[in-house]
Amino acid sequence: MMRRSWMPSGRWFVIGVPELFLFVFLLLPFLILLKISFSHADAVGVGFEPLISWLEEGTLSIKLHFDAYLSVMQDDVYLLTYLSSVGYALLTTVLCLIIGYPFAYFLAQGFPTLRPVMLMLIMLPFWTPFLIRIYAWKNILDVNGLLNQFLLWAGIVDEPLQLMFTKFSFMVGMVYGYIPFMILPLYANLVKLDRRLLEAAADLGARPWQRFWLVTIPLSREGILAGSLLVFIPAVGEYVIPELLGGISILNIGRMMWNEFFINLDWQRAAAVTMLMVLIILFPIWLFNRYQMRLMEARR
Amino acid sequence: MNQTVAARAEIAAGAPDFLKIESIRKEYDEVVAVNNVNLAIEQGEIFALLGSSGCGKTTLLRMLAGFEVPTAGRIVLDGQDITDLPPYERPINMMFQSYALFPHLTVYDNIAFGLKREGMPKAQIAERVEQMLDLVQLKPYAKRKPHQLSGGQQQRVALARSLAKRPKLLLLDEPMGALDRKLRERTQIELVHILRQVGLTCVIVTHDQEEAMTMADRLAVMREGRFLQIGTPGEVYENPKNRFVADFIGSVNLFDGELVVDEPHYCEIQTPECLFHVGHGVEGKQGMSLTVALRPEKISLEPGWQDYPYNAVQGTVTARSYMGSYTAYEIELPTGRRVRVTVTNVDRYEEPHELGARVTAHWMPSAPVVIVE
Repeated sequence: MMRRSWMPSGRWFVIGVPELFLFVFLLLPFLILLKISFSHADAVGVGFEPLISWLEEGTLSIKLHFDAYLSVMQDDVYLLTYLSSVGYALLTTVLCLIIGYPFAYFLAQGFPTLRPVMLMLIMLPFWTPFLIRIYAWKNILDVNGLLNQFLLWAGIVDEPLQLMFTKFSFMVGMVYGYIPFMILPLYANLVKLDRRLLEAAADLGARPWQRFWLVTIPLSREGILAGSLLVFIPAVGEYVIPELLGGISILNIGRMMWNEFFINLDWQRAAAVTMLMVLIILFPIWLFNRYQMRLMEARR
Repeated sequence: MNQTVAARAEIAAGAPDFLKIESIRKEYDEVVAVNNVNLAIEQGEIFALLGSSGCGKTTLLRMLAGFEVPTAGRIVLDGQDITDLPPYERPINMMFQSYALFPHLTVYDNIAFGLKREGMPKAQIAERVEQMLDLVQLKPYAKRKPHQLSGGQQQRVALARSLAKRPKLLLLDEPMGALDRKLRERTQIELVHILRQVGLTCVIVTHDQEEAMTMADRLAVMREGRFLQIGTPGEVYENPKNRFVADFIGSVNLFDGELVVDEPHYCEIQTPECLFHVGHGVEGKQGMSLTVALRPEKISLEPGWQDYPYNAVQGTVTARSYMGSYTAYEIELPTGRRVRVTVTNVDRYEEPHELGARVTAHWMPSAPVVIVE
């Protein structure tokens, strides 16, 4: 029998650091929000009533207020905003997939000498702050922006187009912002694609487009799923892009949370809105995990 | 066995030039991978391309499959010029090295893949796949995915998939490469049996001479993009045309010498080691230098140093390995030259020659072969 040491080993330390990080910066704030969503402001108006309290008679009291949730569910605007956010996130995901897939395919299967340069081009924007990059789109899409100036100069339009604060400008920003998260997992998947499988398909009579549909796409399913989730999940709660490029006509859950927190100062309701959004996002994550577990079991 | 050979000979008699490779050449920027190769293969023949890696055998196979376009030359199959056809339009199927089975499809769907591309009706596909599963004895595994099968089973799926479309020509790329030795020997014979049953014309690429000799009717030894020799395994083994072929197929002792007697039915060659009396004539002049090839199994050993007028050398045993069916000896001659001799263990109680013992190695006039090239 090995003597078990009670001293924390290096292994525990290595595992423990990210766990601690996630606990402090993810789980703890989440629990605080959860508490706020079920609570009421206290009498002073600066904090919140505790959910669990010890009453004098020797009874433990747990008080959960559901009114924030009820008000969110009763008002149609919240439902519409959720639907709209999920819809735009889905659209972003599909657009990123359609644009990103050929890009990733070329990156993975095209000229290997171009690969480092192209990967660099994908990563390069990350060296500039996200906010500034999104702001830069304003300069391009504005009434006096570069795009309108070009269109006027080329004689394609007679007067500048209203591009900013439309669905168009919003989707441009979303696709621009999220496409690297689609390309990178797709690339990592497609680079492993065994070319001999494509040759085998050709040998058995499959034409080029059949090879793509019957071999390449099914074999990159994991990459498609991973990329789609990486785009979809943050896209649902995106705040900066709808704020800077989307305008008020676009219903967006991220902006709604901001408004509830910082304009209406209704923290209970804001917390409830947040909790419901987390629920919406947990569902695809759960689906993906289940799929991966099945895949791993199948491989064992 | 005799029956299948006879049946095959009948098919073969019909089309002697079933597959014709005419002056095929393949260059990759300055490098010549295949250098003006000509070959005719009979219908029903199993032909092996044999050579070490980089000899051009795989490039030639890939040109037959349609994955590479020849720089020059023509490929004609059953009277049809297929040189410029893309792989998906050729009546040729290939069994890939390490199989290239589709990992996302079941065994059934892997085998049906080619048939579906042909637009064959579903009922007919099912029937054909069943046939193929029967042929390779994998019926219970139809619903499995490739990763749930052993290496041998995967190989049989790959074979079934390449046979399913009933191609005019089957290509096998290192068919046994991924199998372990024991399984390999059994599978080689099984595979040939299946190919004979179907009566397919087949080209095998391999670097393994035993595999080529076990499976092929004829083989070509390739080196640097050219054919060095084409013939039946027996011809190539017993009558190698040059030093490379003699050395590549099996093991051999090569002696350089000079032609001293040249008669129609025999010749004598003087080498530094001994005088060779060889039981066949050569085309050459007296005094020309040439090489004698002597296979280790065609040499006998006798204890002690005995005198022979020719075809014998004296030496001492410097190495001995007992291989079960035979014992391999290395005999060092007084000149320092080493000769490899194998002795078949016909008797369980045979006394082996000890290390350091003096022995005489001798052979019949029919044992050596003269290489002029």
